[in-house]
Amino acid sequence: MGFQSTKTYIASDGLKVAVNASIALQKPLIVKGEPGTGKTLLAEEIAESLGKKLISWNVKSTTTAQQGLYEYDAVSRLRDSQLGDEKVNDIANYIVRGKLWEAFDSEEQVILLIDEVDKADIEFPNDLLQELDKMEFYCYELKKTIQAKIRPIIIITSNNEKELPDAFLRRCLFHYISFPERETLKAIIDVHYEGLEETLINSAMRLFYDLRSIRGIKKRPSTSEIIDWIKLLTIGKITAKELDGWQPGNGDFPYSGALLKNEQDLVTLRI
Amino acid sequence: MSFKSNILENMFLDFFLVLKNQGVPVTLKEYLSLLEALKSNIIEQKVDDFYHLSKSILIKNEKYLDKFDQIFATYFKGIETITNEEFYKIPEEWMKKNSEKMLSPEQMEQIKAMGGLDKVLDRLKELLEEQKERHEGGGKWIGTGGTSPFGAYGYNPEGIRIGQHESRHRKAIKVWDKREFKNLDDDVELETRNLKMALRKLRTLTREGKQEELDIRKTVKSTSNNAGMLHLEMVPSKKNNIKVLLFFDIGGSMDDHIKLCSELFSAAKYEFKHMEHYYFHNCIYENLWQNNIRRHNEHISTYDMLHKFNKEYKVIIVGDASMSPYEIASQYGSVEHYNEEAGETWMRRITEQFDNVVWLNPVPEKEWNYTRSIGMMKVIVNDNMFPLTLHGIGRAIQALLN
Repeated sequence: MGFQSTKTYIASDGLKVAVNASIALQKPLIVKGEPGTGKTLLAEEIAESLGKKLISWNVKSTTTAQQGLYEYDAVSRLRDSQLGDEKVNDIANYIVRGKLWEAFDSEEQVILLIDEVDKADIEFPNDLLQELDKMEFYCYELKKTIQAKIRPIIIITSNNEKELPDAFLRRCLFHYISFPERETLKAIIDVHYEGLEETLINSAMRLFYDLRSIRGIKKRPSTSEIIDWIKLLTIGKITAKELDGWQPGNGDFPYSGALLKNEQDLVTLRI
Repeated sequence: MSFKSNILENMFLDFFLVLKNQGVPVTLKEYLSLLEALKSNIIEQKVDDFYHLSKSILIKNEKYLDKFDQIFATYFKGIETITNEEFYKIPEEWMKKNSEKMLSPEQMEQIKAMGGLDKVLDRLKELLEEQKERHEGGGKWIGTGGTSPFGAYGYNPEGIRIGQHESRHRKAIKVWDKREFKNLDDDVELETRNLKMALRKLRTLTREGKQEELDIRKTVKSTSNNAGMLHLEMVPSKKNNIKVLLFFDIGGSMDDHIKLCSELFSAAKYEFKHMEHYYFHNCIYENLWQNNIRRHNEHISTYDMLHKFNKEYKVIIVGDASMSPYEIASQYGSVEHYNEEAGETWMRRITEQFDNVVWLNPVPEKEWNYTRSIGMMKVIVNDNMFPLTLHGIGRAIQALLN
C-alpha cells in the first residue's frame, strides 16, 4: 500500500504520490515548504507508517559531506600510539562511522533523514552526488568500498536558504508542501486534539486565516504554530467568544505570541 | 495493468517537449524516470495521480510549479470530461492538437489573441449597432464594451481562462487550476517570503573573499596524520569582503515603493560587512543625506562621499527614476533646490568613480518605456538597470560581479 496518512499526520495526495514514487524509484525525495508545515515530521511518519527504523542526520552550517560518511579520528590514534595501546595497529578502530554509513550498513531497509540540507555549505550537496546515486562510497583508510546492503529511503528537507545544485536535484524527486487548506488543516487539528469544542476550533481557525492573510506580516504562522496555539487556548480555557471579536487591526489576542514570533508583526497588528 | 509503451511515449513526450519549450528546466533523465515510474505502476491510473507524479519527478524548484500547473492545464485541457479509466487511452491526435497550440509561445499568444479579438470585435459591432439606434453615450459604450472583454479573453493573466469552467461531468476546479504556487514564481515582486530568496542571491555576492587564515582543527589533525610533524592547514576566510554603497531614492513617486525598499534595505544590512547607505531624491545631486528625518539639516556633500570610498565599493542605486527629464539633464532642474550642475553630471561622476554600478527599479520593467527619464537613467548606468524583482536582483548581482 505504501505510505498513507497516519493517525497523527495528514498527508496530501501529492505528498503520498511523491513519497511512494521516491520509494519505488529508489531516489531521494527533497521536501521544501514554509517552516512549520511538517517537513521533518514527514520522515518520522514514514518510518512509523512503514514500520522502519529512522536515522536522522541533522545538518548544520559546519557539517561536511564527509561527516555523513565517516571520520578518521587521527588525534585519538596519535594519543593511543604514545600510550602504547594495542588498538593503534588497526586503523579501523579510529574510523568513526557517519549516518550514511550507518544507513548503508543496516540489515533492513531504513529511512534516512537529511534534515535542513541547505544549512550546510554550498558544496555540500555536490559532495554527496555519487553517494546518493550509487548508494556507495570509498573509504580510503580501510581501502574498501562501502555499499548499501539495502538502499535506504532518503528524505531530504530544505528551508530554501541556499539554492541546491541542479545535478543534485536531477537525482531526486521534489515535493513542495504548500500551506494546508481549511479542510486539511481541520483534519490536522483533529488528529492532534480529539474532542475539542467545535466552535473553538472554528473561531481559532478563522482568526488564524485572517492573520495569515494580513499583508506585511513578516513571519506568517504555520501549521505547527496553530497546533501549539490551540493547546494554549485549551489550557488557558479561552472560549470561542473571546476570539470571535478579533479583527486585523485590533492588536493582541489571547496568546498571540504563540502565532507571531516577530515583534514587528505584533506592531503591524495594531495598525 | 501496465501501459502500452508506445502510447505512453507519444503522449507524454509531447508534454515533456512542451514543458521544455516553455522554459521549464526538465531533462531527459527526469523524463525517463517518469516513464519508469509509470511502467512500474506506482500510481493508480488517475489524472490527479499522474499530475502529482509528473510534478514531483519533473519539477525541482518551486518557482516553476506555477508554470507547470498552467502548462498542464492547457495541455490536458478538456480532461475533466474524461473519466480516469479513459485518461490513458486518449487518442494521440487529440493530444497533438493541444500541443501544437503550445509549441511556440508566439503562436500560442497569437491564437489566444485572435480568439479574444474575434469576440471583442463581435461585441463591438453589436454595441455600434445598438448605438446607432440609441444615439447616445457612444464613447462610453464602446469604451466599456470594447475593453472589458479583454480581461476575460485577452492579455490579463487573471483573465485568460487557461483552465476550464465547471463542467457538467466533474464537480470542481482541478488542482492544477488553483495555481496555488503562483506567488512562488520568480518574477513576482518581492514580498516577505520572497525576500529571503533575494537574500540568498545577495549572499553569493558575499562569498567572494579569499583571505587565508589558519585552521587549527585541521592543522592538529594533519599534524597527527603526519606522525607529529607540524603540518599547517589554511582555509579561505569566511569574512565578508564585499563593500557596498547603497543609494535610496526617497519621497515623491517612491512613496508607493517604500515597503519594498525597506525590506530590501533590511535584507541588505545583514548581508554586507561594509555597507554605507545614502538617501537622495529623484536624482543624485551635490548633496546626500543619511538620516531621512533630519534630511534638511544634515547634508553630506556628494564630493565627500566620492572621496571617501574607493573603486572597491560596489554601488547599488534603488529608485524609480521617474521624474521630469530636466531633473537629469539640466542645470537648476531639480524640484527641490537650485542645482548648479545637472543630475547627469553627478551621476557620471559616480559611474566614473566606481566600476560596478547597478540601478534597481521598483517600476515593472515593461512600463519603463513609458517614462522618458527611466530610459535616460538607464543609459547613464550603462544599461545596468534591473527591475526590483527576484530575477532582477539576480541579474543585478551578476552585473556587479562582472
